[in-house]
Amino acid sequence: MSKDVLVINERVQGENPDLTFELIGKAKEIAGSLGGSVGVLVVGDLGGTDAFGAADRIYTVEHEALSTGYSSQAWEEAVLAVVEAVQPKLVLFGTGTIGIDLAGSIAKRVSGPLASYVIDLAIEGDDVVATSQLYGGKLLAESVLEGDTVVVSVIAGSFPSEAGRSGGSPEVVSVSAPASLASLSLLPGVVKEPDKTGVDITTSELLVSVGRGVGSQANIEMLQELADAFKVPLSASRPVIDQGWLPKPHQVGKSGKKVKPKVYLAFGISGAPEHLEGMRSSEMIIACNTDPKAPIFEVAHYGTTLDLFDLVPEILEKLEA
Amino acid sequence: MKIIVGMRQLADLVEELEVADSEVDIDRDFVKFVSNEWDEAALEEALLIKEAVGGEVVVVALDEPDVDQTLYSAIAKGADRAVKIVGVEEGWTPTRLRAQLLAKWLESEGSWDAFFTGVQAADDLDGQLAGLVGATLGVPHAAVVSKAEPEGSSLRITQELGGGTLAESIATGKVVLGVQAGRQAPRYAPITRIRQAMSTSSIEMFEAPEVDLGPGPKVRKIYPPQSKGQATMLDGDPVEVAEKIVELIRAKGLVR
Ligand SMILES: Cc1cc2nc3c(=O)[nH]c(=O)nc-3n(C[C@H](O)[C@H](O)[C@H](O)COP(=O)(O)OP(=O)(O)OC[C@H]3O[C@@H](n4cnc5c(N)ncnc54)[C@H](O)[C@@H]3O)c2cc1C
Ligand SMILES: Nc1ncnc2c1ncn2[C@@H]1O[C@H](COP(=O)(O)O)[C@@H](O)[C@H]1O
Repeated sequence: MSKDVLVINERVQGENPDLTFELIGKAKEIAGSLGGSVGVLVVGDLGGTDAFGAADRIYTVEHEALSTGYSSQAWEEAVLAVVEAVQPKLVLFGTGTIGIDLAGSIAKRVSGPLASYVIDLAIEGDDVVATSQLYGGKLLAESVLEGDTVVVSVIAGSFPSEAGRSGGSPEVVSVSAPASLASLSLLPGVVKEPDKTGVDITTSELLVSVGRGVGSQANIEMLQELADAFKVPLSASRPVIDQGWLPKPHQVGKSGKKVKPKVYLAFGISGAPEHLEGMRSSEMIIACNTDPKAPIFEVAHYGTTLDLFDLVPEILEKLEA
Repeated sequence: MKIIVGMRQLADLVEELEVADSEVDIDRDFVKFVSNEWDEAALEEALLIKEAVGGEVVVVALDEPDVDQTLYSAIAKGADRAVKIVGVEEGWTPTRLRAQLLAKWLESEGSWDAFFTGVQAADDLDGQLAGLVGATLGVPHAAVVSKAEPEGSSLRITQELGGGTLAESIATGKVVLGVQAGRQAPRYAPITRIRQAMSTSSIEMFEAPEVDLGPGPKVRKIYPPQSKGQATMLDGDPVEVAEKIVELIRAKGLVR
């Protein structure tokens, strides 16, 4: 049985994400207790090897279909080819787009179990024990993954990335591209960089942020007034953007902006992992949420369970006084 | 284009969730079940495609608490047919099981062009549905999709790679999509239209066949996160709490 850990680097273009180094750091710990080694799969262009000094091996797969853009089908075939070649004990994805895209199908195709939304991992005997965050962070599940190859997808921010960053020159192993890449029906197209127009919420030292708890577009007005009174931008959780209540540049989180203001005021935001990913390192978080069990209170420094509709007018009043 | 939309019920996350005595599931007795919000986004995207190029939208779901409401409301919004997979044991249905059952029904349904479902569900511990259905059927899939636009007989798919970066790909054949957001917020179905759907259409039943589940995570326990006691709760009425908040911000030098 293999004792190796394989990390999937979720990078289509640009920088290697911090999450990859979180995974490498954890992979080293796990491989250490299994007595195995750590490999990182870099799909497409490798760039330099220095970044992956903490790993023992870098696996690459090169093919035209992987050189530009992103086709999840092409990636799936490439990842599967490497997993089949390496036969690792543990495959580590991040819960980014590629992890959400591929962890399930890879697990299915190698007939191994998968745990998603993982925030902690341990080895018990021959098994991997995973702690997952379910129900938007309201509950945790501890599960045992048995089998020769098991798959995990990890929520960003679960492990320190420093442990996965160190210099060195890991061996580079090129895995031959699978023949299936020649007959894709999901063809990669262009990659579009983020829209730089509109508000920039990343530079403000204070953010007033609004979530679905605000209830309607009309009610946003009150929060906008508050943001105006502080002379700062209004930011928001994803549902507020998806409802069309505010434009995309206002979004904080996994698929929005990462922010780190001195003070982050959260009104009517539950604190789902994808939101926390974008704001948990704010210096001070003050949350207003009527649900005392809302996960936002796990990261907030100060909290209130008052109704935002009672509280916001009073803050405005105070500022105007 | 014939698009199948897989929908499901999920415990309402705004409600309090208790762990069952078994310690390996939530207590389902007092939970309110609602339609998974991302499945609604998937339905919206499917309806937009049908409106643009014609075709058919069929919704399919496992028999779960209040699922009829979800299915009839889908019909009220413009879906042509609704199918319910019945005979599945009540409780926490592993996503692998959902995928296998849906795959069986999809095979029985004959021809279709695309299967859409939500990007994720808050309890899909053992994987997201789109990837599992795709791998089960051997049909390519893509997740975190924010647009699926018809182009001739193909679909131009936009996926969010995070931080606002978008990746496009072209599906030239059958495809399975995990939808994150539609091009517009899900439309609203007025109650009168839902009532009308209930009286004029019926939900088709599909008996769940035996399937081979394959390996999955063995859940040992479910528990609420141990509160780190992080947040200091600010006591008082709105006036007092407002004062404290302004004071905290002032202490950081961010308000005069
Ligand atoms: C791939 C992927 C990427 C994602 N990316 C992001 C992202 O970038 N950013 C993001 O935010 N989300 C993202 N999400 C969505 C995320 O999972 C959650 O759905 C979302 O963060 C929830 O937003 P919310 O907290 O505003 O809404 P909800 O979870 O619905 O919470 C609303 C809260 O308001 C409270 N409330 C209601 N009324 C009041 C009141 N009167 N006063 C005070 N409180 C009240 C409720 O108690 C509740 O806790 C992503 C999801 C996926 C699958
Ligand atoms: N940035 C901060 N601003 C104000 N108070 C804080 C901050 N960080 C932590 N605290 C307070 O210190 C306590 C302990 O915080 P921590 O060390 O983050 O667990 C919290 O309950 C807060 O009350």
